[in-house]
Amino acid sequence: MDGEDAADAWFHALSDRTRRDILRRVLAGEHSVSALAASYDMSFAAVQKHVAVLERAGLLTKRRQGREALASGDVAAVRSVGAMLTELESLWRGRISRIDELIAEPDPRAEPAPPPHIPKD
Amino acid sequence: MPVTDVSHDLAARTLTIVADFAAPPKRIWEVYADPRQLERVWGPPTYPATFVDHDLAPGGRTNYYMTSPEGERYYGYWEVVSVDEPFGFTFDDGFALDEQFTKNTDLPVSSNVVTFVEHDGGTRATYVGTYASAEALQAVLDMGIVEGSSAAINQIDELVAG
Repeated sequence: MDGEDAADAWFHALSDRTRRDILRRVLAGEHSVSALAASYDMSFAAVQKHVAVLERAGLLTKRRQGREALASGDVAAVRSVGAMLTELESLWRGRISRIDELIAEPDPRAEPAPPPHIPKD
Repeated sequence: MPVTDVSHDLAARTLTIVADFAAPPKRIWEVYADPRQLERVWGPPTYPATFVDHDLAPGGRTNYYMTSPEGERYYGYWEVVSVDEPFGFTFDDGFALDEQFTKNTDLPVSSNVVTFVEHDGGTRATYVGTYASAEALQAVLDMGIVEGSSAAINQIDELVAG
């Protein structure tokens, strides 16, 4: 998967509340898929499908132990998703700090004529 | 530091930023209503913004471009959806193709809600930006927000050091 495909898969996987809940549980520690299924009012197969979506998105990894499938969350992948929004956050933080500097200056209305309108070209 | 709270909603692709400014809402409103003041805060220092048209009114349009250190221009526009002077406004922020500001329909549009509320003699500003899809968010990041944000981060560092 390239970057954009990975991002789409992450956000698609996280757009469902059951999957977000599963992810929270498996980030806290390894859970068997059958133990996860017992937590939800839906069929085992339905929970398995949600786990598979998270696994395909790379947010969760599975390993087999005997007859059980054990799932755990991938912290690094979850951090990458957060990092995308963090980039946007820093853009807005920059704007806000510049507003702060601007309003600390003397009132622009007290100054002489404002600069002329910048022409299109 | 004026930013008091930031929250990311990964599922909703929403970024919410809360900031406190030491001036009344009317003063913060003026920063957005006056294109000469707005262009000092909108683009990162290395990508200064020039607002060619600016109409902060319902249905109003803003056309701007940002200039890269190499002199390349990146065109953008706002479509103002609603205003509640001086307490805030909502707008869609999109990319444009050229200096005629033809909308680039291949690139994402974000919807933004900005509110200014009186708080402790100053203003509490809340910015909520929503992207339609992960693809949209990624495309915006690919447009060069990374360069822009690192400049912004450096600026914050300078501010803290100063």
